[in-house]
Amino acid sequence: MDILSLSAVELGTAIREGRTTAVEAMQAVLGRIEESEDALRCYITIDREKALEQAGQVQKRIEAGELTGPLAGVPVAIKDNLCTEGMLTTCASRMLGNFVPTYTAEAVRNLEEAGAVIVGKTNMDEFAFGSTTETSAYGPTRNPRNPEHVPGGSSGGSAAAVAAGECFFALGSDTGGSIRQPACHCGVVGMKPTYGTVSRFGLVAYGSSLDQVGPLCRTVEDCAVILEAIAAGGDSLSGSSREETQKVQAACGSAARNPRDSTYLGREDIDFASSLKKDVQGMRIGIPRDYFGEGIDREVAEAVRGAGALLRENGALVEEFDLNLVEYAIPAYYTIAAAEASSNLERFDGIKYGYRAKDPQELHQMYKKTRSEGFGTEVKRRIMLGSFVLSSGYYDAYYLKALRVKAMIKKAFDRAFAQYDCILGPVAPTTAPRLGESLSNPMKMYLGDIYTISVNLAGLPAISVPCGTDGKGLPIGLQLIGDCFQEKKILQAAYAYEQLRKAGPEQNAGTKEGR
Amino acid sequence: MAMEKGVQMNQGFHKEYETVIGLEVHVELATATKIFCGCSTAFGGRPNSHTCPVCTGMPGSLPVLNRKVLEHAVAVGLATNCQITRYCKFDRKNYFYPDNPQNYQISQLYLPICREGYVEIEVDAEEPAGSSGTSAEERSEAVEDRRASAEERSEAAEDRRASVEERSEAVEDRRASAEERGEAAEDRESSTEEMQAAGEAEASKRSGLSNADRQKKRIGIHEIHMEEDAGKLIHDDWEDCTLVDYNRSGVPLIEIVSEPDMRNAQEVIAYLEKLRLIIQYLGASDCKLQEGSMRADVNLSVREAGSQKLGTRTEMKNLNSFHAIARAIEGERNRQIDLLESGQAVVQETRRWDDAKGVSYAMRSKEDAQDYRYFPDPDLPPVCIDDGFLAEIRSRQPEFRTEKQARYKAEYDIPDYDIEIITGSKHMADLFEATVALGSQPKKVSNWLMVETLRLLKERELDPEDIRFSPRNLAKLIALAEGREINSTVAKEIFELMFDNDIDPERYVEEHGLKMVNDTDALRRTVEEVIAANPKSVQDYRNGKDRAIGFLVGQTMKAMKGKADPVSVDKLLRELL
Repeated sequence: MDILSLSAVELGTAIREGRTTAVEAMQAVLGRIEESEDALRCYITIDREKALEQAGQVQKRIEAGELTGPLAGVPVAIKDNLCTEGMLTTCASRMLGNFVPTYTAEAVRNLEEAGAVIVGKTNMDEFAFGSTTETSAYGPTRNPRNPEHVPGGSSGGSAAAVAAGECFFALGSDTGGSIRQPACHCGVVGMKPTYGTVSRFGLVAYGSSLDQVGPLCRTVEDCAVILEAIAAGGDSLSGSSREETQKVQAACGSAARNPRDSTYLGREDIDFASSLKKDVQGMRIGIPRDYFGEGIDREVAEAVRGAGALLRENGALVEEFDLNLVEYAIPAYYTIAAAEASSNLERFDGIKYGYRAKDPQELHQMYKKTRSEGFGTEVKRRIMLGSFVLSSGYYDAYYLKALRVKAMIKKAFDRAFAQYDCILGPVAPTTAPRLGESLSNPMKMYLGDIYTISVNLAGLPAISVPCGTDGKGLPIGLQLIGDCFQEKKILQAAYAYEQLRKAGPEQNAGTKEGR
Repeated sequence: MAMEKGVQMNQGFHKEYETVIGLEVHVELATATKIFCGCSTAFGGRPNSHTCPVCTGMPGSLPVLNRKVLEHAVAVGLATNCQITRYCKFDRKNYFYPDNPQNYQISQLYLPICREGYVEIEVDAEEPAGSSGTSAEERSEAVEDRRASAEERSEAAEDRRASVEERSEAVEDRRASAEERGEAAEDRESSTEEMQAAGEAEASKRSGLSNADRQKKRIGIHEIHMEEDAGKLIHDDWEDCTLVDYNRSGVPLIEIVSEPDMRNAQEVIAYLEKLRLIIQYLGASDCKLQEGSMRADVNLSVREAGSQKLGTRTEMKNLNSFHAIARAIEGERNRQIDLLESGQAVVQETRRWDDAKGVSYAMRSKEDAQDYRYFPDPDLPPVCIDDGFLAEIRSRQPEFRTEKQARYKAEYDIPDYDIEIITGSKHMADLFEATVALGSQPKKVSNWLMVETLRLLKERELDPEDIRFSPRNLAKLIALAEGREINSTVAKEIFELMFDNDIDPERYVEEHGLKMVNDTDALRRTVEEVIAANPKSVQDYRNGKDRAIGFLVGQTMKAMKGKADPVSVDKLLRELL
């Protein structure tokens, strides 16, 4: 059995059935890392000993019948902006180059409780500001499909690690497409759930109103199972966190059920795996005509429309429609995300943890030097942009206006979802750019987010699924967007499409991918 | 206490001036845990022992609102006649300072929890109409003021930023007060003065000024908002470094912003007293100025009497006693008038009051004001207050002072003056009621509070809030004294011990054998011995010197080790002689 060819769920089953062990799986992953990591650089931190030790402990608990879930014993990679107790968490920034948290992010803790074993922390754009993983202070990650190309970003390390077999699945964070776009560029599945589905506790914030944690994995089934695990709330809290729950006085507002994240919704409808049916009969799928205008590669457009055709052939009602307001998403997004980021990143000042400049003469010099030396160019660019749009006299003109645009975009989606179960479109206008191409032209990089960011602005769930390759063999992905809380619909459509594509002949411009 | 009264001609100023004062009052709420995390708010822990990832601004930590904070804020708002904002939000105020772990403070700017309320204070009736808060011209001005601030949102925000800001100074203030422990004593002195002043005021009220000489005045409350406190910086001169203690970081505060409705120090202090009482009655805070659980910043401007335009104001900080507030108001008023009379302009700025020297220093002018880049905190969903929540808070509102006074008048046969004093402190009123509930006669309880308790509070330089003895022990003491089981001298001695250590009077009397001897035979024997031992005094008495009986009573009491009832002794002596 080639362990590395298994999906996360398949591996979990194999371990439970005794056909392999958590330790063997981890050894296989570490072996692959040994072979390919020097070339790819998916990880910032790998703790081999701890990973193997953990795998051993989990194996014992599986054998003792204490761990029975689908992810028990499965090696997972964690994006380096999710805090892990006792393990370096850098956000790919010099600023946090020495930061070891004393707590673990809620999503990661959920995985640990499900028996998943952490391989290490993956590379990313610095503080998730970027779409190529090139802004990392630790250097870029390369696309396993073609090392001359970027893996996408900001969760590029996670996507590449999954694609390269350096883990079985990974966690990423998605503020404007940071899970879906690298998943697309690396030919894997990635999903951003409805805002509030997964606790953000322990996720180093970028744009707090847009950030969500989600899975990058090999199959839609994996995606549903992982999402189910990480979205778990109050009931699955461990003993120590339950104690904390009692310590914290009752939270305010109906939205706050998790004592550590007021925006966490504590949803009860998280049995996502139940939606995995190979059936799109009668499903109404809309394709926004506006997504196929200027800037989209012909091959990408064809692959995505081809996917629509395949779904139509299998009983879905697929039609094109006008979503509108698409061109306003980018300015609104970069205003809101940068505004929140500029405030969220104020805490990195050299006082309490992280990088501190040498020999400052006084307080303000310490702040200036620390932040000048600790942050990279893209981070500084967004902090400046965000500070500007929030400053006195510009707040109304930029920030408030962006919030109004955000509300209008949500309304446009509401109208669409009155008609359709899902919206189908591309994830990115092009396949993965060449290394270095984007850094010189940040504006072009920003424009590459056009199909993903409106989903964050509207708080919607969306999944990225491979749907072909271009002439150079680079993966193309399709995006299925659902209405709020309608993860099951897009998971069902994605699952059906994935199964149909696997079963059928070559549908699209490119070739059918193997794993 | 020297207090100004409205418009006045003094100190040889050329014109008549009116002082216009508004206050920003910060109150630390009495919750067990912090506003956005589960850490304790208790004082006195080791530095950084009451902290967690949230209140130290660690990456990935998120705030969750403490429901109790909202309850307190709404309760204070209801008690001060405010409108409660049913959809309110938290905003981030961004500024860099090490005591502020996230480098933004979570506060409320755009949608504060309470708005447009008022409290009523009593002021002397002799004031000219021009300075009464109800005059038409002023109302219109206040409205205009508010409209202006509503229209120029950003500017108002800026103003607020300017006025609420001063983190650094606030820290300095706190540092100063923390480091210069020596000056605490000085503070105490001023608090005693306050008490005396308060006592004098009450006394003068009792001695003749009837309510007809006082009139009610409304002080408008612009808004009340919730926010988090900052940590504390401690400068270590020995190591030449500054250390941060985040134990106070995240302690809940409300800021009560008044309208510019006050005209002199007397009104300011009446307003503060009123707020303090309301908040103490609610149990929302202990409101101690010296300890910083209540902090007041004074916004003050002057204008020519009769003018309808507000002058340029300054903001005064570092006022940690009523005494300092009164002095600072007088000082700032005179400083501004001096400037105007000499043809200079008042600069809008923040000033720091140095109470020891009796002068203020400019800290920062409006031009230096930072841009706080306020925006709604995306980590905290809007707080929607439903009817149920409001009803719940309303149903829990306590009996406030005025209602309590009326009830005392109806239920207890005690003087109005006593009612004034007792209800002037929530703690004392609670003590009074609890003791009466244990069966003590109201008049007796009131006497112990009014005489011995007030005397000892003054001697020990304490506030009524600091009283530690229990109603149970006071009731026991009263029972012992009223049952003539101990005499009044012994009772006072025991009371003092009880005041300091809350001892059980019954047990103390038992242990020290202080019960009066009611055994007439024993008493008769002692009296006979005293008569036998003091033939000269006996002779004097028989010769008509009535005073001699006093000496014999004293001798008997001495022989009885104070355990006899002097009245019975006197009676017995006369009988036997």
